[in-house]
Amino acid sequence: MKNNTTDRLVRSRHRIGRRDFLAGAAALGVASAGFPAVLRAQSETVKIGLIHPVTGFISFSGTQCRTGAQMAIDDINAAGGIKSMGGAMLEAMLGDSQGKPEIGAQEVSKMVEAGVAGFVAGYSSAISLATSQEAAKTNTPHVVDVGVSDQITSRGLANTFRFAPGYGKVAEIAVANLDTINKTAGSPAKSAMIVHEESLFGTGTAKLLSEKLPGIGIEVLDVIKHANPTRDFTNIALQIKSKQPDLIIPANYYNEYVLLARTLQQQQVEAKGIYSVLGGAASSYQFVNEYPEAAEQIMDCNHWFDPKSDTALARKKAAEAKGVIYTYEVFLAYNAVAFLADAIERAGSTDKDAVIAALAGSTWDQHGMPYGSTKMENGQNMGAQPVNTQVQNGAIEVIFPKEFASADAVFPMS
Amino acid sequence: MPDLAIIVPSVLNGITTGALYALVALGLTLIYGVLHIINFAHGALLMLGLYAVYYLKARFGIDPYVALLIVPPGMFALGYAVQRGIIGRASHGRDENILLVTLGLAIVIENLSLFFFRSDTRIVDTPYSFETVEILGAFLPLPKLVAFVGAIVTAALLWLIMARTDLGRAIRAVAKEKKGTALVGIDTDHVYATSYGLGIACLGVAACLLLPSYYVNPQVGHGFVLIAFTIVVLGGMGSFVGALIGGFVIGVVEAMGGLFLGESLGQIGIFAIFILVLIFRPTGLLGHKV
Repeated sequence: MKNNTTDRLVRSRHRIGRRDFLAGAAALGVASAGFPAVLRAQSETVKIGLIHPVTGFISFSGTQCRTGAQMAIDDINAAGGIKSMGGAMLEAMLGDSQGKPEIGAQEVSKMVEAGVAGFVAGYSSAISLATSQEAAKTNTPHVVDVGVSDQITSRGLANTFRFAPGYGKVAEIAVANLDTINKTAGSPAKSAMIVHEESLFGTGTAKLLSEKLPGIGIEVLDVIKHANPTRDFTNIALQIKSKQPDLIIPANYYNEYVLLARTLQQQQVEAKGIYSVLGGAASSYQFVNEYPEAAEQIMDCNHWFDPKSDTALARKKAAEAKGVIYTYEVFLAYNAVAFLADAIERAGSTDKDAVIAALAGSTWDQHGMPYGSTKMENGQNMGAQPVNTQVQNGAIEVIFPKEFASADAVFPMS
Repeated sequence: MPDLAIIVPSVLNGITTGALYALVALGLTLIYGVLHIINFAHGALLMLGLYAVYYLKARFGIDPYVALLIVPPGMFALGYAVQRGIIGRASHGRDENILLVTLGLAIVIENLSLFFFRSDTRIVDTPYSFETVEILGAFLPLPKLVAFVGAIVTAALLWLIMARTDLGRAIRAVAKEKKGTALVGIDTDHVYATSYGLGIACLGVAACLLLPSYYVNPQVGHGFVLIAFTIVVLGGMGSFVGALIGGFVIGVVEAMGGLFLGESLGQIGIFAIFILVLIFRPTGLLGHKV
């Protein structure tokens, strides 16, 4: 009896009368008409596809990219999301390309069906080519985070953008800076050997370097290509030793770089300088920490943040507080996501044409990179450039260009 | 054409690199060659061994060579448990099941490793990592010379176990006539698990001797598995001396291939040998027919 009474009381308390319902519906209608975007956005998220090789032989770099991209999403959401869409939160859709372009392309197809607003992918050049091509079929915005092949932005795909420099620009600046460093030291370097990995990044970079180096008076004695993975670098070290180049120029992934550097030291190969292009000790805190002696005075020309930028230093500090090794993959992927999010913010929607137009017209400058304001031409950020770093006394210092430099170059190696 | 100043050091280096390969192949020749278990998890288990050595050094400061007292026994226990608890139960004695079970095991181990250890490449810095010994004008890394000696000692120990102990006789008996062995009262499941454990313990030895000159990440085993299978076939199924010689041959072929054909084509020679051995000498150098 008591229970029945209680039930009735509860029902009556929660019962909504016809008048209440109509009044509520009218109020909701008025509110919706007045603030349509706000009400819609509060329940929607903006899906960002993050496709990286988090398994397979380049999984370290892929995982670093994913980490950087997710940090950007977390920061943007913590700052209120996409404000022009009523604070819509970014939602990461994670894909693993396994280091294979075709798998990367499959991930794109799946995510497009799931309603992704844009992509940030795919670390390697080959994967980035495949993912952007696939995204182009549905005109889905695609920002390449790290892939350096110049083909990525030379195919005329309207949906594809790269915030960082391609290897054409990197090789051009690497050679120009090397020329300056060499001439400042009295031109001690007259010959070089290039050691590169066999994929698009290593092969393309090596080709450009071997074409450009003679132009600054440096003869290329040999270009040695190696497989991924290569278990032993003794042969390569012996060949370098026999030809005695003034400069050794590696362009390879981290695992192979570690073995190469160790073998060069074991085989007592002496050169006036080790000048890595896109990957090397002087842009790897991990290598510098683990092998400080082997890393000392190695120079790199690579992606790097502006060491004088408060934004960059704050991000680095936040990443390191989480135990993340702050490699170039982390900050490039971070910026690729932030660049895409800024475009969505300005587009005020996830309409693909609007976002692509916003990306193409971007002047975003909150990146902490030595790039200046963003200026896109055919999908390439024209201000993007690498910098030269050098390991000095166990720290990674920027030595070029001068406006971003934190130290002077030490060359030849002592 | 490279001159002698490169060829001689390259050959010597090939032999020492081959010793590392032989270390990985010794366990496989026991598991694959004697027990006919096609162990696709060999690379993944090597990776676990390498992580064990790495963490012993990174967390407790235990030198990789001192870890020889810890890792191989641990790997033996792991191998025994894996064979007894997973491979033996799931395969029901059928070779095709064993193949799939070990393949699945490899995938599970690698993905768990990615989860727990992350994908970073780890290296250990020891006082001797960069040390070299000059032999015939070649600077041979000290860790590789130690691995060379370690491979010979491990092969000798395995040969002694197989030839001179009751366990070795039991393993050989099980390999030749499983039902008959069971009929005379030998616990064949125990023998299988012990043999598998011994094979995995060899990987523990390999891990301790490999890490001072190499690195570890969750994919590191991939680079060694196919080479180890090639060495087992070249040396002869179940032959420890054959595995040792096979390792040296493959090491030298790889080094010479890299020197004469270019580093990206250096491995062609290895797999050409694999095919040629299968066609013209299926028994391998010192073993039985494949």
